Amino acid sequence: MTVVDESNTSIAADRGDALLRVDQLQKYFPITGNGLLRRRIGDVRAVEDISFDVVPGETLGIVGESGCGKSTAGRTIMRLLEPTGGRIEFDGRDITKLSRRELVPLRREMQMIFQDPYSSLNPRHTVGTIISAPFKVQGVKPARGVQAEVQDLMARVGLNPEHFNRYPNEFSGGQRQRIGIARAIALRPKLIVCDEPVSALDVSIQAQVVNLLEDLQDEFQLAYIFIAHDLSVVRHISDRVAVMYLGRIMELAESDKIYKAPLHPYTHALTSAVPLPDPRAERKRERIILTGDLPSPINPPSGCVFRTRCPKAQQRCTDEIPLLREFSPGHYGACHFPEERKLV
Amino acid sequence: MSQPFLDVKELRVQFPTEDGIVNAVDGVSFSVQKNETLAIVGESGSGKSVTAQAVMGLINRKSATITGEVFLDGEELVSASKEQVRSLRGKRMAMIFQDPLSSLHPFYSIGRQLVEAIKVHQDISKAKALGISRDMLDRVGIPNPERRLKDYPHNLSGGMRQRVMIAMALLNDPELLIADEPTTALDVTVQAQIIELLRGLQKEFGTAIVLITHDLGVVADMADQVVVMYGGRVVENAGIEDIYYRPEMPYTWGLLGSVPRMDVGRHERLEPIPGQPPSLIRLPKGCVFRPRCPYHELVPGNRCDDERPDLVPTSASHAVRCHLEPAQRREIAAERLGSPAMEET
Repeated sequence: MTVVDESNTSIAADRGDALLRVDQLQKYFPITGNGLLRRRIGDVRAVEDISFDVVPGETLGIVGESGCGKSTAGRTIMRLLEPTGGRIEFDGRDITKLSRRELVPLRREMQMIFQDPYSSLNPRHTVGTIISAPFKVQGVKPARGVQAEVQDLMARVGLNPEHFNRYPNEFSGGQRQRIGIARAIALRPKLIVCDEPVSALDVSIQAQVVNLLEDLQDEFQLAYIFIAHDLSVVRHISDRVAVMYLGRIMELAESDKIYKAPLHPYTHALTSAVPLPDPRAERKRERIILTGDLPSPINPPSGCVFRTRCPKAQQRCTDEIPLLREFSPGHYGACHFPEERKLV
Repeated sequence: MSQPFLDVKELRVQFPTEDGIVNAVDGVSFSVQKNETLAIVGESGSGKSVTAQAVMGLINRKSATITGEVFLDGEELVSASKEQVRSLRGKRMAMIFQDPLSSLHPFYSIGRQLVEAIKVHQDISKAKALGISRDMLDRVGIPNPERRLKDYPHNLSGGMRQRVMIAMALLNDPELLIADEPTTALDVTVQAQIIELLRGLQKEFGTAIVLITHDLGVVADMADQVVVMYGGRVVENAGIEDIYYRPEMPYTWGLLGSVPRMDVGRHERLEPIPGQPPSLIRLPKGCVFRPRCPYHELVPGNRCDDERPDLVPTSASHAVRCHLEPAQRREIAAERLGSPAMEET
């Protein structure tokens, strides 16, 4: 039987002026039968009880492998998906249950950048139309006129402002991602959820976009939730990092702690699996190879979801869900048998 | 050194299109020994995958012009007949693709596809071929191989499918394995498993591996020799240590400066390469990297604009395509990369 620890309080509690607080957020996708009534026969538990906060101007990275729920978490926080349970608070306001209409003004404050620069821009709209859409939707009239503002934005993200009349297909992948970024910053939001914003780009272009995101953050005091599977990029850009596995947060800490002294066996395996672009360091490194496959999120293991692949799993891991608790200031882990381990 | 197992000389692949001729591969040369891993590194459009396909004889000759020479254990393949290349493919040389879902047939069971791959080259009974298939699945770390033979590709996870692809490539004990982005579609923990597997197989069979990738971490982990491609040309070719600690081509510097490192924290700014890769239809007249190169002004007399640099050896195992003076290059590299380049010579 699964035991739930009642002392689990919101981990956001002691960080004061958070911009975003996520508390025990859940997102299930129902699986329906084939019959006439399409009865619900189960759930894909994409996000299960995740809690964290984001303070103004910081970058929280969310890493994990495919199917860990990181993108679903991002979309649920943005309220692009309806949360199944839990609470999302933005700037002190509960936004978990806001209606579509009530959400509109909120979009000025929180924006999203998507992975695929090819499908997230309407191919029939000019770049100018795409970047100015937020003004139109929000009824904002920039003092110097929309076109001047759009051209400023284009220049700011490194696009030629004279190209505002062109269509997305005339731009390369990196440039399209810049268009998406210009659209996201148009209304000067406080938070941008970036879902794999550079994974579709070549390395040399990826670095350009990463630098741009960093510059914009400094300039506009943006907070980012940076969702990616590439641990090196996340390490580079994030102040704090949450590691997800099968819908849950396994570990959450400052970026340096996650990479230099992780506590959770999954984080050990994940960080040790990333090859370093440095042959001497790389060939000296010890690698933890995980066996087996990711369990199904429809029927996740009892107790700790990682236990089926964990080299340290014991009986307690089957019986009891490890809750995310604070091991040292700001360093949270969900493990019954954590162990600090130097990897890099 | 003995004769290399794979020797590619001045390989050129051109595709005629409505917009003009695409020079996908523009005079590429490299060689690989048995038991050695050569990595071909480059970004989209650098010509790395087309090079691999040309070596494997997978490019339709009606849609492309292929010139140059490819020697597989002394046998020339570019001028060879289709049948001759087909008899080698899958037997002496095999290929692993990036996307295992689109390279396995969705309608046929894993067992049927593996048996077919064996029977193309070996005249043995179906039962025996099934036995070989089962052993190979076991060898690449697939649990329950007996049951997996009856499964279809959609029953397997991405990592398992890639293992099936590797098993299929290894069925006829190939001496050369070309792996085109074999781990790009996989999660890191699965990638680590696959790299481990490839390394073990190479140790066991002495396979020559050509690894095509854009991931400089995977290269650092696996390669002995590295070919850096840009705009269809080889711009640098060197041993693994030289590429990472003593690179001499501005594009290689740019690549290394663009990659975030997991062992380096924040506040270390990336140094991306400005601009965009060139169009393969209208390649620059001189150096392909000239439009993005921050150092071209150091070369006197507009040579970078007008004159195509040759791939010039700077040591026995290091060749560079650049007009900068070797001394200049070493100085800039030492400055850009910091201590490692200075540390050892």
